[in-house]
Amino acid sequence: MKLEVSGLNSFYGQAHILFDVDFAVGEGEVVALLGRNGAGKSTSFRSVVGLVGQRTGKVMFEGEDVSRLPTYDIVRRGLGYVPEDRRIFTELTVEENFVVGRQAPRSGVATWTPERIYELFPNLGEMRRRPGGHMSGGEQQMLTIGRTLMGNPSLVLLDEPSEGLAPKIVEQMADAIMAMKREGLSIIISEQNLHFAKLISDRAYIIEKGRIRFSGTMADLEANPEIRDAYLAV
Amino acid sequence: MEFLLVQALSGLASAASLFLVASGLSIIFGVMRIVNFAHGAFYMLGAYVAFTLTDRFAGPLGFWGGVLVASLVVAAVGALMEMVLLRRIYHAPELFQLLATFGVTLMVEDLVVLIWGSEDLMGPRAPGFTGAVSVFGRLVPSYDFLLIALGPLVLGLLWLLFHRTRWGVLVRAATQDREMVASLGVNQKWLFTSVFALGVFLAAFGGALQIPRTTVSHAMDLSIIVEVFVVVVIGGLGSVTGAFVAAILVSELNAFGILILPQISMITVFLVMAVVLVVRPYGLFGKPEGAPRAAAGISIRPWRPMTNLERSGVAAVVVVVALMPLFAGDYTLSVGSEILVYVLFAASLHFLMTVGGLSSFGHAAYFGLGAYGAALLVKYFGAPMEAALVIGPVLGLVGAVLFGWFCVRLSGVYFAMLTLAFAQITWSVAFQWVEVTGGDNGILGIWPSSWASTPQGFFWLALAIVVVCVAALRMLVFSPFGFGLRAARDSALRSEAIGINGKSTQWIAFIVAGTFAGIAGALFAFLKGSVFPETLGIPTSVDGLVMVLLGGIETVSGAVVGAVVYKALAIWLMSKTELSKLVLGGVIVLLVVAFPKGIVGFLEDLRHRRPKAPGGAGSEGAVDVAKVEAAR
Repeated sequence: MKLEVSGLNSFYGQAHILFDVDFAVGEGEVVALLGRNGAGKSTSFRSVVGLVGQRTGKVMFEGEDVSRLPTYDIVRRGLGYVPEDRRIFTELTVEENFVVGRQAPRSGVATWTPERIYELFPNLGEMRRRPGGHMSGGEQQMLTIGRTLMGNPSLVLLDEPSEGLAPKIVEQMADAIMAMKREGLSIIISEQNLHFAKLISDRAYIIEKGRIRFSGTMADLEANPEIRDAYLAV
Repeated sequence: MEFLLVQALSGLASAASLFLVASGLSIIFGVMRIVNFAHGAFYMLGAYVAFTLTDRFAGPLGFWGGVLVASLVVAAVGALMEMVLLRRIYHAPELFQLLATFGVTLMVEDLVVLIWGSEDLMGPRAPGFTGAVSVFGRLVPSYDFLLIALGPLVLGLLWLLFHRTRWGVLVRAATQDREMVASLGVNQKWLFTSVFALGVFLAAFGGALQIPRTTVSHAMDLSIIVEVFVVVVIGGLGSVTGAFVAAILVSELNAFGILILPQISMITVFLVMAVVLVVRPYGLFGKPEGAPRAAAGISIRPWRPMTNLERSGVAAVVVVVALMPLFAGDYTLSVGSEILVYVLFAASLHFLMTVGGLSSFGHAAYFGLGAYGAALLVKYFGAPMEAALVIGPVLGLVGAVLFGWFCVRLSGVYFAMLTLAFAQITWSVAFQWVEVTGGDNGILGIWPSSWASTPQGFFWLALAIVVVCVAALRMLVFSPFGFGLRAARDSALRSEAIGINGKSTQWIAFIVAGTFAGIAGALFAFLKGSVFPETLGIPTSVDGLVMVLLGGIETVSGAVVGAVVYKALAIWLMSKTELSKLVLGGVIVLLVVAFPKGIVGFLEDLRHRRPKAPGGAGSEGAVDVAKVEAAR
């Protein structure tokens, strides 16, 4: 397994958010973590990369326990993280945003350059000198993914990549994620949009109220509409 | 006309050093969110080290090499301070870092005297720039022209550094969102250390460049730090360009203010700052501060009123203190009265800072206004002590009504700086309006009524007033008004949404705090029998801050404990050692590192060693949480 999370419990102050969460991503796999707003998707990802101060449990990345490491160290080992709210550096240009994400090439993993990212997201190539703050939501979403790719990750946590985007951009995003998969990246996305998740994922987990409720292939989920209705329908 | 030009040139030359120091402070704040109080101390150290080096090694290489090496040496000292001290307290509340750097400032002040002596030192002239250039028949030192050219040069170099190097891009990114920078694999530790070193280098360089112009003295740090704060705030925190423009503005105001308005020359700069902040709350080139992405749950222990048991405990302590005059000597009692006065002063600041979330750097203004109010009543109206104690604090109240109205429009560091500006304005009025306030000579002969004129009598008077006032402040904390104030502190938007007028709530809190500080000030005037402008000065404001922080910013009773500990320690050290600042600074630094939640916060942690399991987790989980928390 590329990433193996087990017994994850997270807290914000006195609020217990995650309860013994387990999930895993295999080599080259695309996995979806599905759930409604507030189910614990973002907290799960933030806990994996060490951004939640109070957490217990185990995070194994490429066979090593990274749960006690500082965020930057986890990321440098090749675990890329794309946050939900994009968090573009608004004062910095597209190129400069990439500079912040840049890390040394890693053996056995695709190496990304700005030029290769412009191939993935042609829109960005047309605005290399534009400050991040002067871009549309879709363009910012592309920028934030490209910025993480600049770190040459072997696995990417993508937090709600389709959120708030126009349908056309969502399709473009799905294509880009498939292209990343073809490059050999392992990917886990969090989603509320089941349709989008179906387009790209091999397997899925469903999280509700901080607990994993379902784990299986997309076909399993397809075959059990009652699960979908119980945990995902709005 | 020629004269004005020469004056303008001299202002520009002064602007160079000011810009260097201010840009360093601005860069450090932008990335690290630390108001580095020690910045003036590093400026001073730069001047002293450069003095020693240029004294030892003559010639152009010796001079310029000395200036450069001195700046590098001091930058290394700064980096060391960041690694050894600041790194330990990044998780403490923001103001704690200010307290730590303040402790370092105190230590440096004594160390400098210890190493270089207390005499002012005359540095060498800069080789090749010893002469003067004639401008329209007036002589301008050629060194001034060098400095004038240096300002834009450094600005350009900094621009290149921040826009053309990866390090600079990382720094700009971190200024906006540190957590995201870490999430992209950047080790912030070294980024912070290098940013701090650069900022300190600029401060030391600014100091080293001053040695051909002015004498080197151990008071250099305080004289520049306030001006630098003003520059950084006018320019906008985190903006180097802003620092450049504001440095010129402030220097020219200083150069011309003295010609045009000599009576109020000292306050013109602060008036301009106040105007800028009211019109542009984030300074000329600043951007609104993003809401701090603070980790949730720093103070997870909710405040609650005292239990009956605790009340009886406090009552017992008050009774014991009240019995002191029966056995303690006169000296102890007058020290005790002074501590009591500061307890009330600290409690009033605590109400504003902790309950209101408004960190005032100029709370001494209202303390001093209360003192002057009482003193003026006695001097001009022959008021008896009882009347002066009641009416005197009204001056503090009036000051708080006026200044508070402007201040509560701002928040965070900008609020702190505006309160500082108003305090400096008040101080300048007391200092320069000699006809009324006696200026530097103060107002003398403010003696208590005969029944309170003995140390015992005054101690009882002070105790009674302080106990009643502190109890009243505490009741306010747990009143509906106090809840509203805390709601406005914790979430401006949500509290507005449930119908709380945040600004007016904070304004009232400001007035309450100012009034109680005024009561403390009036007591202080009668304790000392006199009032001087120092009562309103920055050191008094800083004393108050230190007391609140030392006690524990997130606790209800921290201020009282902090005031007793700090004031007793300061008075005791003063009587025991020549190097009281060194020891006091050292003690503050140690306390900050040992008790990042303050003394009372630490004691509360001890009491709640085993937290209850949050939200139904097993007891094992709860222990783990405590561990994780302790590790943070």
